[in-house]
Amino acid sequence: MVPLNWYILLGTVVFTIGVTGFLMRRNVIIMLISIELMLNGVNINLVSLSHYLQDLRGQILTFFVISVAAAEAAIGLAIIIALFRNKATAHVDEVQEMKG
Amino acid sequence: MLPELFFAYFAVTITLFSIIVITRRNPVHSVLWMLLLFFHIAALYLFLNAEFLAAIQVIVYAGAILVLYLFVVILLNLREEVRIKRFIGGWPSGFTFGAALLVVLILSVRPFIAAPPGKYTVELIKEETHTKTLGKLLFTDYLFPFEIIAVILSVAVIGAIVLAKRRLKT
Repeated sequence: MVPLNWYILLGTVVFTIGVTGFLMRRNVIIMLISIELMLNGVNINLVSLSHYLQDLRGQILTFFVISVAAAEAAIGLAIIIALFRNKATAHVDEVQEMKG
Repeated sequence: MLPELFFAYFAVTITLFSIIVITRRNPVHSVLWMLLLFFHIAALYLFLNAEFLAAIQVIVYAGAILVLYLFVVILLNLREEVRIKRFIGGWPSGFTFGAALLVVLILSVRPFIAAPPGKYTVELIKEETHTKTLGKLLFTDYLFPFEIIAVILSVAVIGAIVLAKRRLKT
């Protein structure tokens, strides 16, 4: 029997790699992919807790997280297309109109 | 011994693939490594007796979301992408923040105490099949969040159309 803490640590590591990728990359698409990585880290945690605590609530929550991730991917990619049409770039450091 | 070996394989590959995904220069390579990562996560769900979620992971994530990403990566002409720098100028601060967050989260996992187990044991789920149990729970106790998810998905569809369409000439 694999201990529960190992799964939680794995989810934590995946989440942190997602955070780091989001903060470090300049390509907007990779930043969105990093958000998906973070959501997957959370999903690993939820499913493992749901299995070890013998309660299906975590899996229901994972179901909702996956559908919100699908919605977020659609909206985010539409924003990237609009950005690329207006600025012809996909890099975050070249978009600074709202900088004060 | 065997479950630990399986878990070690999946933990090492998932961590490695995540690092590869955020460091590739070409976004297409990133998305393809992400596909491999999602299959491994689905296998981890199978390992945790969540076969319906494993199927959903493969169908929705690997089948729908990643194809969407791949389409957009190919639509945007990113030919100069492979020649310029990958990271923004302030990447050391982002890396430091990520490392500090990892330390804080690992330290906060250590004093974790599990709650008393619920009633959905492995035997009960095996007797009634996982999908049926999950569906019963979803359509009785969690019906209202399910309806809200329907609204969110239609908002996503309408929002994506509005954002991505060309502006009409007035």
